[in-house]
Amino acid sequence: MGRIVLKGVRKAFGDVEVIPPLDLEIEDGEFVVFVGPSGCGKSTLLRLIAGLEDVSSGDIEIDERNVSTVSPAKRGLAMVFQSYALYPHMSVRKNIAFPLRMSKMDKAEQDKRIAHAASILNLTDYLERRPGQLSGGQRQRVAIGRAIVREPAAFLFDEPLSNLDAALRHGMRVEIGELHKDLATTMIYVTHDQIEAMTMADKIVVLRAGYIEQVGSPLELYHKPRNLFVAGFIGSPTMNLFEGATAAEHGAHTIGVRPEHLVPSKTEGLWKGRVGLSEHLGSDTFLHIHDTGLTETITVRAGGDIDLHHNDTVYLTPEADKIHRFDAQGLRIA
Amino acid sequence: MATAHSKSAARIMIAPAVFVLLVWMLIPLLMTLYFSFADYRPLRGTFDAWIGFDNYVRFLTSSSFMSALITTLWMVAGILSITIIGGVLLALLLDQPMYGQGFVRILVIAPFFVMPTVSALVWKNMFFNVDNGLFSYLFKGLGFQPYDFLSQSPLLSIIVIVAWQWLPFATLILLTAVQSLDSEQLEAAEMDGAPALSRFRFIILPHLSRAITVVILIQTIFLLSIFAEIFVTTNGAFGTRTLTYLVYQRVLESQNVGLGSAGGIIAVILANVIAIFLMRIVGKNLDN
Ligand SMILES: Nc1ncnc2c1ncn2[C@@H]1O[C@H](COP(=O)(O)OP(=O)(O)O)[C@@H](O)[C@H]1O
Ligand SMILES: [Mg+2]
Repeated sequence: MGRIVLKGVRKAFGDVEVIPPLDLEIEDGEFVVFVGPSGCGKSTLLRLIAGLEDVSSGDIEIDERNVSTVSPAKRGLAMVFQSYALYPHMSVRKNIAFPLRMSKMDKAEQDKRIAHAASILNLTDYLERRPGQLSGGQRQRVAIGRAIVREPAAFLFDEPLSNLDAALRHGMRVEIGELHKDLATTMIYVTHDQIEAMTMADKIVVLRAGYIEQVGSPLELYHKPRNLFVAGFIGSPTMNLFEGATAAEHGAHTIGVRPEHLVPSKTEGLWKGRVGLSEHLGSDTFLHIHDTGLTETITVRAGGDIDLHHNDTVYLTPEADKIHRFDAQGLRIA
Repeated sequence: MATAHSKSAARIMIAPAVFVLLVWMLIPLLMTLYFSFADYRPLRGTFDAWIGFDNYVRFLTSSSFMSALITTLWMVAGILSITIIGGVLLALLLDQPMYGQGFVRILVIAPFFVMPTVSALVWKNMFFNVDNGLFSYLFKGLGFQPYDFLSQSPLLSIIVIVAWQWLPFATLILLTAVQSLDSEQLEAAEMDGAPALSRFRFIILPHLSRAITVVILIQTIFLLSIFAEIFVTTNGAFGTRTLTYLVYQRVLESQNVGLGSAGGIIAVILANVIAIFLMRIVGKNLDN
């Protein structure tokens, strides 16, 4: 079980309020991702849930039990840190065994759990090594192993993949995703990378300066961003935004069109521009278009075989039902 | 420093330092070695350049040698245990955020700047003195008999004095080690259910082992040659005659340079044996 409820949770360091009062419900078995730019309070929020920081006010409940003043060890949560935080002088086996040893579990049960975790995480051949002798991806797995043997009510991950290279990051993302499907345990995952958020989450919580901007499934956030911040943060390349007369035509202060919802053409279209740079990725082509008189640069995502190059003239037409409208406060107009 | 050119440049640049070290260390050592095989008693005007190993045999078989050796080992071991245990505790304390941290840290380092002779005299006259010492006042105030530290337990008194001087060194090295510990490791251990004492035993202490090794090695080398503290307090009486002090007595009090030199060479050999022995048992911590 791992249902976590935050009620009016607030955190201030001295005079600086990092997390203004905040409410959030995390259902049992859910994969929740906290996403937001650096310094927005994601780690602080996670550490509040873990119990590594005390709440300034408000309550945290895990499975209907108020744990606001309970020590981290007694909350039944396991955390995977960004730096892995492995114990360097202990072998992989001892690292994974540490939480079990602290809870005075009997040796046979310990060995069983360690063997099981090692086999899930492909660590069986490395159990006698020290963390210093492992690669980044393997260390990450040891940290996860140390978390799963405890069979916690929920897992907390703080940017666990940010120290890995791109290829490894994708592999680990898939592994963590599959681990969640196998264990069906609640996971709270913090990242500043919206791609990780979109690909892994059941539910995304978008944070800015400690405020929750929107909570929803990845596709909800993609299709119905609640405000300009979420619209700009979710999706890659980012949404094109237009103000002024173009927006007024649609009865809005700002309109947004995602790069994949603009149709480029060599001959006709609504807006005329000049191709600056075209990035050919094979499957897709990203066109950066200038001189439209609307905004500085418009990004378009076109097919992989489109034949448009530097300085070509291009016409763009937005797909009519894919235009997002926002009012002067930046809030979505339904 | 990979190319042949930079290597030879480096050699030329460290040459002066190596030369000075050679002159500084090698010449006294060679002279001591030379005298240790001679019967050289300047006051009597005796000088016999070669008497073989007579001096060594006399020094090693004299009854004072064994007791001096044991005294030395007790003294070093006592000082090491106080400075290491005290140093670890102080380092952990100083690592806590507190008001006036910088000032407190300077205070802790202060004893290191006091000359050994001075600090020994201060301890002898201000603290240990039976009639006027602060400890006597304290004991009387609490209704006990004043205790004459320097004659009742002279070895312990000297250990306390020297430990007081070396505690800052140990604290300083251990404090930097404590500060280099990744706080996420402690937080991970906390989440893993380790109470404070277990965190100390399983995370902090292993992390400090390398620094502790360094402190033990450096201090042992210096502590084997303690002299001033003994000289100004007990003059080597009451079982406080260490090997160094014995050599001093042979050379200056008995005016037997040959015998003292042999003792000096034996002390050098012993210091090296102890250093190698220490490296062996604790040196494992230095690699990895
Ligand atoms: N212990 C602390 N004391 C004071 N300020 C802190 C502390 N921890 C974090 N902060 C501040 O809180 C804000 C949020 O930090 P953090 O939660 O680490 O952001 P994120 O993980 O989203 O990048 C930052 O502005 C940071 O400077
Ligand atoms: Mg963070």
